[in-house]
Amino acid sequence: MILLFEQLLNGLQYGVTLFLLAAGLTLIFGIMGVINLAHGALYMVGAFAASWVAIQTGSFWGGLLAGLVASAIAGIVVELGVMRRLYARDHLDQVLATFALILIFNQSTVLIFGRQPLFTSVPEIFSGSVQILPGLPYPTYRLFVIAVGLAVAVGLYFLINKTRVGMLVRAGATNRQMVRALGVNIQGLYTAVFALGALLAGLAGVMASPIVSVQVGMGDEIILATFVVVVIGGVGSVKGAFVAGIVLGMFDTMLRAFLPATLQQVMPGPEAQALGVGLSSMGIYLMMALVLLVRPRGLFAARG
Amino acid sequence: MKRENIILLVVFVLLALVPFAAEFTGQSSWTKLVGQALIYGMAAASLNFILGYGGMISFGHAAFFGVGGYVVGIMYHHFDAGTAFLGFIPGTDQMLITLPAAVLVAGLAAAVVGALSLRTGGVQFIMITLAFAQMFFFLFISLKTYGGEDGIMVRRTNALPGLDMKDKATLYWVVLGFAAAYYLFLRRLVQSSFGQIIAGIRQNERRMAAMGISTYRYKLYAFILSGMGAGLSGALMVNFLRFASPDMMHWSKSGELMVMVILGGVGTLAGPFIGAGALFTLESMLARYTEHWMLPVGILLLIVVMTSKGGLMALIRKLTGGAK
Amino acid sequence: MTHVLEISGLVKKFGGLTATDHVSLTVDTGEIHALIGPNGAGKSTLINQICGEIIPNAGHIHLAGREVTRLPPADRVALGLGRTFQITSLLDDMTVRQNLGLAVQAREGGNFHIFDRAAKRAEIWDEVGETLNDTALSPRADIAAADLSHGEKKQLELLMALSQRPRLLLLDEPMAGLGHLESQQMIDSLRAARSDCAMLLVEHDMEAVFALADRISVLVYGRVIAAGTADEIRANPAVREAYLGEEDA
Repeated sequence: MILLFEQLLNGLQYGVTLFLLAAGLTLIFGIMGVINLAHGALYMVGAFAASWVAIQTGSFWGGLLAGLVASAIAGIVVELGVMRRLYARDHLDQVLATFALILIFNQSTVLIFGRQPLFTSVPEIFSGSVQILPGLPYPTYRLFVIAVGLAVAVGLYFLINKTRVGMLVRAGATNRQMVRALGVNIQGLYTAVFALGALLAGLAGVMASPIVSVQVGMGDEIILATFVVVVIGGVGSVKGAFVAGIVLGMFDTMLRAFLPATLQQVMPGPEAQALGVGLSSMGIYLMMALVLLVRPRGLFAARG
Repeated sequence: MKRENIILLVVFVLLALVPFAAEFTGQSSWTKLVGQALIYGMAAASLNFILGYGGMISFGHAAFFGVGGYVVGIMYHHFDAGTAFLGFIPGTDQMLITLPAAVLVAGLAAAVVGALSLRTGGVQFIMITLAFAQMFFFLFISLKTYGGEDGIMVRRTNALPGLDMKDKATLYWVVLGFAAAYYLFLRRLVQSSFGQIIAGIRQNERRMAAMGISTYRYKLYAFILSGMGAGLSGALMVNFLRFASPDMMHWSKSGELMVMVILGGVGTLAGPFIGAGALFTLESMLARYTEHWMLPVGILLLIVVMTSKGGLMALIRKLTGGAK
Repeated sequence: MTHVLEISGLVKKFGGLTATDHVSLTVDTGEIHALIGPNGAGKSTLINQICGEIIPNAGHIHLAGREVTRLPPADRVALGLGRTFQITSLLDDMTVRQNLGLAVQAREGGNFHIFDRAAKRAEIWDEVGETLNDTALSPRADIAAADLSHGEKKQLELLMALSQRPRLLLLDEPMAGLGHLESQQMIDSLRAARSDCAMLLVEHDMEAVFALADRISVLVYGRVIAAGTADEIRANPAVREAYLGEEDA
């Protein structure tokens, strides 16, 4: 029971990480209509910048700042240099150009930091753990990650629903022509939205950096899960990204935690272990396929 | 004889001479390199049929490539171990059985994936095909019996009656023969009644439906044909490299196949082969000089996608004065 | 006489909006039945329900005596339904000849053949040649559809729809965007085709409607407010107020 609760919290923590990534991605897709496979690279940029600065200065907070700045700048550069030319192209060109960006980001990172993973520690004040249930101490830092993710969700809710920028964003997600016709500085809005998405991806990378190994390719693994979240949630819907992110984060974590052991009760150990790991990796994809078969445009599609 | 056919014949003869050239110059790796490029070219060409001619952006094509490869691997595994697949299908090392089996199984996989995926469209189609490919990827990783993450070693290339398949040059010629036959098949396919319908659906699905074409069925049929081609190339690849691994169906492999198609020229017959050859040669050459070969490849790809429409085929046509 | 098209009590709602409100109408063999109404009256929604792109909430659609209310679009085409689109819908990369060829091929079948050569199917290309013969499109036969003028595109679309040899042709604003001369040509083409099939004509160009239509139904806010011959419609006060009044203003 305690184990279950602990895994639920782990799932929640993974879920908010997915949400941070998916929120930016779904906004970018919803507003600009562009598929950005390289969104995971921005996550990696955030993680690397934060880890490197944290190692150099010994300060997690300095690293946090560096990660956010680096990912936002990388996002702006990518938007101005590449994305801007892709908005009018078809999905195929977008997939390929951003696939090329992944190669470029990954190899550049290898050139700069090498292939060895970077390891950083959690900041001093979050290094302990909290007794959240009798017999269940839980790392403070992970709770901090969850809190940050939920805070961002609330912040985005207000940004999108209560501000003028948010109104444009919502209008842009449902009707691009309309926003153009309103005479808004579309280019500026696009760059800003892309930078915001990059910043959120970078934040996810920074938050993850003390608990995962920071290495080249870390973005490739999580970007697929992020796309699953975006598509299940409904392309363009931040609400969908939140719901799908949390649900998938927990679902994936639960499968990984309990499926291998469950299988071991009906078949020999090593085979059960391998099958369990494989099947739990399939879980989110299976879920996406099922959701799309019932609702071809996702759960909270921006447009009917 | 038409000019196009003359060019094809010349290219075929030149490709057939590769093993001699390799031996003559002492560059024995050439044969292996060109052979692999030909097989990737087939896989890319099969993708191009739905992508370029049919307008279906499948991001999971490597799954069928891998499934075809695993059919050869698994049949060899059971042949080697003297056991039977699922307890009743005995293994074999006969290419005349393994290749058709690979094509059939890949076609079945494509039928299932296609039937479900084609109910969606746009970005959802891209992502659901990717999702199915990931499921295959993780499924094969989880099968310890067939090597899990390590894959299956196929110690000896499948036998073909009357040929010494241990001979590198012979194996290469067999691959070349399949590639040539597949090229001719695709040429017929895109000119056929069915090919015209597919081209029509790409351009205007709503109009085709208004003309009485149930587009879903045609797209599914195309998807299956395409998956079968990928299965064939995967089966050849496992024979050629004597190794089947889950990496064959990794999502980045699907991406690479798309890159080959775009690089060479989407919606053209020779494009995917040229793209595969170019990408594969580039990778191999760059890999000799730097371990960071992916960086120049990425930059090149970015430039090609952003600046040109039509890939290398368009460039070749421009250089040869718009022939064909 | 059986009706080629019979619509009864058709209802389609989008959220709170009733786009089609208990619409009933018929089209008889050899008849041109015009459907007029101001913008937003639900004409396109009705057309799309007849074609099967939208499924109605209630009511029935019969085509040549068979219920087709819930059939997919392709099955309705097989029963003899053809259409043109409000915004011309062609195969842009293909030539005029190829566009027509594909329309004939779609009707003739053999579409799952993967080893034949579409370019060598004489039965298709002979027919395409005959269709093009004597039309204004004849000298433009080998030009890509995308490069045609607007009027030529409309003509090609009509020829493609007729190549399907439909029993009933749905025409969604065939005159839209045409100049005076082109409109006249289109009216002539439709008049020439009326011996081959019945038509349901959605059109804003009243001159064309009165020139062609045997009967006219007026659709306002999703309801048929009047139906009858051209003279009856002209004289109907409700129509004058709701629709023709607008034109005069």
